[in-house]
Amino acid sequence: MATAERTAPRFKVESLLGMAVLTAAVAWIIWSFSSGPVIFTQVLTIGLSNGALYALIALGYTMVYGIIELINFAHGDLFMLGSVIGAIFLEEWLGQTKSSPKAWLILALTMLFAMAACALINMFIEKVAYRRLRNAPKLAPLITAVGVSFILQNVGILMNGSAPHSRTSVLPSSSLELGPIEVRVKYIVVVAVTVPLLLLMTWIVQKTRVGKAMRATAQDRDASLLMGINVDRIISFTFALGGALAGAAGVLFLEVNQQTRYDAGFRLGLIAFTAAVLGGVGNLVGAVVGGVLLGVIQALNDGAPHFFGQQWTQTVMFSILIIMVIFRPGGIFGKHQQEKV
Amino acid sequence: MFTSLVERMQPTTDNGRTFARYSGILAVLVVAWLIPNYIATSTEGPLPLFTVVLCAVYALFALGLNIVVGFAGLLDLGYVAFFLFGAYTSAWLMSDFFYQVNPRDPSDKQFSFSVHFLSTASSKIAGIHLSFWIVIIAAAAIAAVAGLVIGAPTLRLKSDYLALVTLGFGEILPEVFRNGDNVAGYNLTNGTKGIGPVDRIGMGFLDKLPGIPSTIVSSDYKTKYYVILLFCALFMYASIKLRDGRLGRAWMAIREDELAASLMGVPLMRTKLWSYAVGAIAGGVGGAFYATIVGTVNVDNFTFSFSIIVLCAVILGGMGNVWGAVLGGVAITWFNYTGLVYIGAQVNKGLGTHINLKNYEFMFFGFVLVLMMLFRPEGFIPAARSKQLKKADKQVQSIETAGVES
Repeated sequence: MATAERTAPRFKVESLLGMAVLTAAVAWIIWSFSSGPVIFTQVLTIGLSNGALYALIALGYTMVYGIIELINFAHGDLFMLGSVIGAIFLEEWLGQTKSSPKAWLILALTMLFAMAACALINMFIEKVAYRRLRNAPKLAPLITAVGVSFILQNVGILMNGSAPHSRTSVLPSSSLELGPIEVRVKYIVVVAVTVPLLLLMTWIVQKTRVGKAMRATAQDRDASLLMGINVDRIISFTFALGGALAGAAGVLFLEVNQQTRYDAGFRLGLIAFTAAVLGGVGNLVGAVVGGVLLGVIQALNDGAPHFFGQQWTQTVMFSILIIMVIFRPGGIFGKHQQEKV
Repeated sequence: MFTSLVERMQPTTDNGRTFARYSGILAVLVVAWLIPNYIATSTEGPLPLFTVVLCAVYALFALGLNIVVGFAGLLDLGYVAFFLFGAYTSAWLMSDFFYQVNPRDPSDKQFSFSVHFLSTASSKIAGIHLSFWIVIIAAAAIAAVAGLVIGAPTLRLKSDYLALVTLGFGEILPEVFRNGDNVAGYNLTNGTKGIGPVDRIGMGFLDKLPGIPSTIVSSDYKTKYYVILLFCALFMYASIKLRDGRLGRAWMAIREDELAASLMGVPLMRTKLWSYAVGAIAGGVGGAFYATIVGTVNVDNFTFSFSIIVLCAVILGGMGNVWGAVLGGVAITWFNYTGLVYIGAQVNKGLGTHINLKNYEFMFFGFVLVLMMLFRPEGFIPAARSKQLKKADKQVQSIETAGVES
């Protein structure tokens, strides 16, 4: 009782502050839009496409956290490996550097290859590094994940070199013109690939038997075990799904940015994790919404008028992370959960 | 059975071990004196003196992080923030930076004042020049305040969120300092160009002692080594005293079980904040000293991998063990700065190969973290408590299995 009385006024102050911040943000966005509607809309399309990528990566974080309560630091680096593997497969093994219908087909093949590779890598990591620590104190798997992240970065250096490696895109570099607004075809492709993947994902988790087992394991691992669910296999499957999404995101990143670099995963992974926090860690829809939201915020910050500019991107993104984690750890949809005793 | 268990959990304070402990400390001091005088005398080879100085600096960092991660059990992945504050304190208070003779742009606002106090710099040089020993105190204070500011809002969080938020701070701060060359027209951090040169360390009245110069010149790593050794020793003493005192026991209670600790009356926030502040002091002092030995402070030196290297040191040595943190810091730093290249060169010479081991640096640190967590989570020199716990666990297990079998 006493705690309820004590927390009540604070909560009110916080929600008032939250409203004020939101209103300011909306006013800012309107101000930015009114000073340059064309640039603003063009930037927005970039943001949507970036956001789709963040959503794909954020899903991997959120699913793993939902099922074993581990922040998988290595997930961002897995995405980086996905882009490097995709680039090597597409350019060096199959020699595709020009845009043509045949190259597009091979790009689809590359995406499947990268997805399979990342799924296998992620399953392997889980089996070797995380499985033994499932009942260890919480610090242990977290530190292990940081270690795995470093190992994957080094693998990236060995495969890609320590400097950024520029690649060629097989997607057309042309733009669609909708009135005064130009939308690059690449961004449309990214969104067009991401949406079916996300729908497939939702279908697997919500409608299939494996998905049901996943949800059960996330809810109560011991009870699921008693119900005859092979928990080890389900957790492994979750890592595979997350890895496949990271692989797809890697190939899309490669096509949009025409570059692979070993340290891409660290920053992007952290941003994707921010997206997962924004939507509520463990919440699949939340991760997608958070990803798109962050993609848009980043694009506005980088390109739209009256924002801070590219040199402040990280500060803006991680400030959102810190503010969210402190004031709304349950995300924009979720409720704050009491720690399990 | 249970009485012996309880007895084992008590700290050992019998006099028989006091002699052993003091002779151990004496042995360590002798080795510490031997290193710069007889072992690490060259600037090349397997143990250059510069690496030895860096090893001692990182040992200090590891001691600081050990308080946060080892004693209080809070995973801090943004320890680089305190290193950064310490180094920039040196840069601001011991260089001509605040008197910008050549502004970037004629329209830039300038600071044009100079302050001199017990400094080794010539009074003709403009800017702020304070004595190194005052700067060290300032750096410790600034880092401690930074620790409180970062800690206050974040320490309410669960352990895994805490790790991420500290990581976020560790990423934001370098960016703020990188962009800090134009704060309302003022240049506060000189951006990516960095600040330098940083003044030398003055030894004050200590130069009456034999072998100690009045000013440590940049190539005099021996005296620098003694200075950083002094800080390490002080911080080790403080760590041990804190660990055995009321605060240390409160930290460990929080580490073992936060809920139980709060029910026993441990004030969670205040205790955690203390661990952050004390840990930050080591980072600040180490950073300030680092700036004076390297001579320039550049924002590109402050990366995430620094935080991980220090974490590796703490984990390798044994979380919660003071000597472990020191040895871990020394081992990891030697490996990072000299060992990797040296061993690689020896291997290549012996086998005629051309492997650049420096390319495998991250993998090395990653494997240290993963393998330690999987196979020896208590570290190579486990803290007394984790040893006792392990033993106690075994005893409890044997009691339980005995009960099942009979």
